[in-house]
Amino acid sequence: MKSHGLTHPGDTAIAAKGWLGAHKWLLARRLSQALVVAVFLTGPLFGLWIAKGNLASSLTLGVLPLTDPLMVLQGLLAGHVMTGSALIGAALVLVAYTLFGGRTYCSWVCPVNAVTDFAQWLRTRFGMEKGVVLNRNTRLWVLGGILVGSAATGTIAWELVNPVTMLHRGLVTGSIVTLGSASLITLAVFCFDLGIASRGWCTHLCPVGAFYGLLGRAAVLRVSAVNRSACDDCMDCFAICPERHVIAPALRGAAKGVGPLILSSDCTNCGRCIDVCSKTVFRFDTRFHNASLDKPSAESGVKAA
Amino acid sequence: MAGHHKTGGDAVDQNRRAMLAGTVKGACTVGLIGALLAIPARRRAEAVALRPPGAMAERDFLAACVRCGLCVKDCPYDTLKLSDLGDGPTLGTPFFRARAVPCEMCENIPCVAACPTGALDKGLKDIKNAKMGVAVLVGQETCLNYLGLRCDVCYRVCPRIGEAITLEMSHNARTAKHAFFIPTVHSDKCTGCGKCERACVLDEAAIKVLPHDLATGQLGKHYRLGWEEKKKAGASLVEPSPEVQVRGMEGVEMSPGGTYKLDRRPDGGLKEFKP
Repeated sequence: MKSHGLTHPGDTAIAAKGWLGAHKWLLARRLSQALVVAVFLTGPLFGLWIAKGNLASSLTLGVLPLTDPLMVLQGLLAGHVMTGSALIGAALVLVAYTLFGGRTYCSWVCPVNAVTDFAQWLRTRFGMEKGVVLNRNTRLWVLGGILVGSAATGTIAWELVNPVTMLHRGLVTGSIVTLGSASLITLAVFCFDLGIASRGWCTHLCPVGAFYGLLGRAAVLRVSAVNRSACDDCMDCFAICPERHVIAPALRGAAKGVGPLILSSDCTNCGRCIDVCSKTVFRFDTRFHNASLDKPSAESGVKAA
Repeated sequence: MAGHHKTGGDAVDQNRRAMLAGTVKGACTVGLIGALLAIPARRRAEAVALRPPGAMAERDFLAACVRCGLCVKDCPYDTLKLSDLGDGPTLGTPFFRARAVPCEMCENIPCVAACPTGALDKGLKDIKNAKMGVAVLVGQETCLNYLGLRCDVCYRVCPRIGEAITLEMSHNARTAKHAFFIPTVHSDKCTGCGKCERACVLDEAAIKVLPHDLATGQLGKHYRLGWEEKKKAGASLVEPSPEVQVRGMEGVEMSPGGTYKLDRRPDGGLKEFKP
């Protein structure tokens, strides 16, 4: 039963809520990620222009500019102050992710997430060991590295490697089907995550995620273990979470008087913990609502049962 | 000192050591990533392909261009492409190949208007002032005009006909009775649009658009063109030559600059000249 839980986290939830109920947020995220590509494709494919550009910088419906603030920052360090529309676009992105959780970018927008999630899904199914263990703070140092690299070379340095923009560019221009930068870098990330380090890229190395994590330190939208007294310690949320260290303080904090909100900016708001929990412990909430449904009597009752 | 607070001191020591180790590891990561990125980034000084109109100098361009492809999307002729592996220019940046699809020099310059970052300079209002590159007649052994024919196609298709490319006539010594009409590019007028390269009738174009730095020479900053300096100053800047006595001109007055003032005789001869 235990090994079953490790290789098939979420099975209990499927039994309790049905397959759709146990994959609600996953499906919503995949839909969101697909839309982020699709809005760029309707123009070239059907002549219906919604968004032009790519994740680096885009123009939606001819009026809404959106620009990756990390790109603007690298450009600035490389010696170029970007012009109006890029700055407005970056400001809008900053505000959006400050509200909705910085790393929401990772799980709801970034196309690489689907690739590394797939690698992790295979790892779990194959019952593979963790592989090379990396420190998750490495990504912050990598972020420092790309900023230093930009300043030292006078170019937007991370764009020479960035799998996020390369894959998205490949998807929206169609170059993904060639043996070009998009397919090769994506293959490299997939092989790294599957064969070398468990959740190696997104959770440990990617400086884009690290950057958005910093943006989301005060994010309003958060996951809350609001119904934590119902937890039966099945560990499925820990097994499925890409940043499992974020769960424990909220889920197990009742005794220490810690609120049920997952406040770590490492949380990507992916909602998989909500999906795989058969006891409906988690839900999306705002950071202003850090109270649980804990009722001491009810809690002890559940534990006793 | 450590002896006084042995256990506490050890803990602090261990903490300090762990912190130091963490910082060293982190700094090494920064150094590693920085160095690895610098390797491809440093190899970028000159463009090997043509940039869209209004593009900043290559060095500045790579600090400004975010590779979003908005210029590519708004190019109505599909001239511009984003670079991928093997194309030459830095990954993801916009470029075009004149022989494939040249720049049509749109009057409203939509690619520049689309650029969100300023990598394409919005100060470029007149496409005639674009400097995407310079056409160079590299194939002087194969160009039909150089062979003495009147192909003239590059001259004819040039959007700045008679300005950016002119046909310069010279004597054809091979036949002794014909003329060469040599297509000659004037770099101050050429926009680098590439229509000449596209239209060249040869299997491999004899005229090619090259990035500005590759196509043009550069005089040393200390060079001065004497004839222009003279025009600016209104007179020669060089001291007149000292008088040199020419045989037969003895006693004839010399004007400043060293020429003799000579009067003509009624028969057309020179009065003062006494051979």
